[in-house]
Amino acid sequence: MPIWDFLRTYSPALAAGTLTTCIEFLMATAIAVVVAVAMGLAKLSGRWLIRVPAIVYIEIFRGTSLLVQLYWIFFVLPLFGITLPKSIAGFLSVGLNCGAYGAELVRGAIEAVPRGQWEAATAISLSPGVRMRRIILPQALSVMLPPWGNLLVELLKGTALVALISVSDLMFEVKQINAMTYLSAQAFGTALVIYYLLARFLITPFMRWLEHVASRRLGKV
Amino acid sequence: MTPDWRWDFALEILPRLLRATGNTLTAAAAGYAIALILGLVLALAQRTKWHSITLVVRECVEFIRSTPLVLQVFFVFYVAPQFGINLSPWTSGLAAIGLHYSAYLSEVYRSGIDAVPRGQWEACRALNLPLRRTYLRIILPQALIPAVPGMGNYLVGIFKDTPILSVIGVAELMQMANTVGSENYRFLEPFTLVGIIFLFISLPAAGLVKLLERRLRLAMGL
Amino acid sequence: MDTSEYPLELPADDRPMVRFLNVNKNYGSFPVIHQLNFDVAEGEMVTIIGPSGSGKTTVLRILMTLESISSGVIYVDGKPLTHMVKGGILVPADEHHLRKMRSSIGMCFQHFNLFPHMTALQNCMEGPVQVLGLTKKEARERSEELLTLVGMIDKKDQHPSRLSGGQQQRVAIARALAMRPKVMLFDEVTSALDPEVIGEVTNVIRKLVAEHNLTMLMVTHQMGFARDISDRVCFFYGGKIEEEGSPQDLFGNAQRERTKQFLSAVKEAR
Repeated sequence: MPIWDFLRTYSPALAAGTLTTCIEFLMATAIAVVVAVAMGLAKLSGRWLIRVPAIVYIEIFRGTSLLVQLYWIFFVLPLFGITLPKSIAGFLSVGLNCGAYGAELVRGAIEAVPRGQWEAATAISLSPGVRMRRIILPQALSVMLPPWGNLLVELLKGTALVALISVSDLMFEVKQINAMTYLSAQAFGTALVIYYLLARFLITPFMRWLEHVASRRLGKV
Repeated sequence: MTPDWRWDFALEILPRLLRATGNTLTAAAAGYAIALILGLVLALAQRTKWHSITLVVRECVEFIRSTPLVLQVFFVFYVAPQFGINLSPWTSGLAAIGLHYSAYLSEVYRSGIDAVPRGQWEACRALNLPLRRTYLRIILPQALIPAVPGMGNYLVGIFKDTPILSVIGVAELMQMANTVGSENYRFLEPFTLVGIIFLFISLPAAGLVKLLERRLRLAMGL
Repeated sequence: MDTSEYPLELPADDRPMVRFLNVNKNYGSFPVIHQLNFDVAEGEMVTIIGPSGSGKTTVLRILMTLESISSGVIYVDGKPLTHMVKGGILVPADEHHLRKMRSSIGMCFQHFNLFPHMTALQNCMEGPVQVLGLTKKEARERSEELLTLVGMIDKKDQHPSRLSGGQQQRVAIARALAMRPKVMLFDEVTSALDPEVIGEVTNVIRKLVAEHNLTMLMVTHQMGFARDISDRVCFFYGGKIEEEGSPQDLFGNAQRERTKQFLSAVKEAR
């Protein structure tokens, strides 16, 4: 079947799948950001009791595969009494996984802020919380934005795995179409193009815009 | 409420999981070998003097890097037979993973090569070295040494991505855990053991990469 | 460290603004400050000079609580800075105490360290709003007053990246003053500036000395400037005060050999 007919016939399913993918992406991003900032800061803490759990978390989530984590959260957690609906299990795993990588980005960016800034903040008696929130993190932000751009593309790719626990995202829809029609090239090919468009023409430009805003706030523009 | 962990079951399935781990490691190594070679080809292809080839290759690399591996695996597995190329799950999985990671590695190679100072190229030109020798003896050795840590990280990454091959039935670790779990209606031990096995391999590997990076940095006087 | 021989508070009749008592600071086993006993009276302007490694910058950094001391006690306005009173004795200060005492001290750095993501005005307002609890309006009024004092009022909405070194340093002075400190520290504030803008900054400091009764401690290589405005000059060597006196005495008639060597080396450099 030529590609245009294919698109016309299956566009409702593809659109629905893409919408689900976008929602999973946004939810996973929200979780990843929160986790990354929390764990990144925790890993910098002087207190052993705060630092070690963060290190353990980061090493476990970075050292095991996203698919393993996804299956574990969906199949094994219920045995501990925590049964999550599959869409939540989906974006939760992706978010927790990418958050672990993000934590390293946050930590590296904070450490990249010049020492003099910490000292100047101390010299006007700012408390550690205010110092981090108003002085250090805003400056760390523009350092971490470019690698976060790459991480978000990885996160988008990660959401494709939630199809494997039957969440009806784009990946799931094309698998269904393929199973019914064997139009593999059209189905999987279209999905590839859609993911590519989302990554290259939505995520990447958005991150570039954020980088621009961040450097404007530093007065560099 | 915690389920009871059955040590006897865990020990019973462990041998099968460990054997499957062997498959996983083989798949990772083979995929990585493909990626190493193909990645270099892609990197060099972006340095030709024909602007159109450079652009096309660039976009292809971006395309592969920006789309999910699992989707690429399905694509290769289902579409190849329709063009008359019959591939086993193993082969199509390897091809897809090799292709996916070659895109990443091509970026690593590219930035390594770009980092070699201009003067090196000019010295080769002045000595009238042929292009092949220029690359092999002068440029690539300098380009690759700082690239080693990045490449090491991708090796660990490939290992962690092999479970994706389970979706097309490749008999690696995740697939075995799924099988064992379905056979016995118990997923707690198989999935947890898989996680632990992964940690046991990827954490030391990542540590080795960091060690290698530090050693190289010292050796290069940085 | 046994703190029993140190007073919990300085008596009213013997209360310099700053007092160092038997202060030592070691980096590992290396003594950077050695048995320092040093007073700065209220309203006094003291300049510290000396070769690099003599410990002079460390004195300022310890006072600003950017670094800790190995032994001894430091008092600011009669109260212990590095220690606090707990259960009737002096114990090493905790973060809470340090933060309370820090507000009395202000510091300007060699590399200005202005917050790049804030305008000049916002830099000055940050401390008063976040720490002193002023309203935005009050903080703005105070900051604008100080920016006018240092001659930077027309650049109040500029980011530091748009300002020259001399301009940034003047804003940094205004920022420190906005906290109304009792003691102002100047750590080589002109060393990173091009020669033609050094005057902008030294003029501001001159103004402060002439018009305000602030206690000031300055580390500098600008000998002429130090001579003009200081009440007292201390020559530091090897973590100790080698010689001190009025500018006329120290610069004109140094007694110790090391002081004379240092001063002649500096004259030659100029």
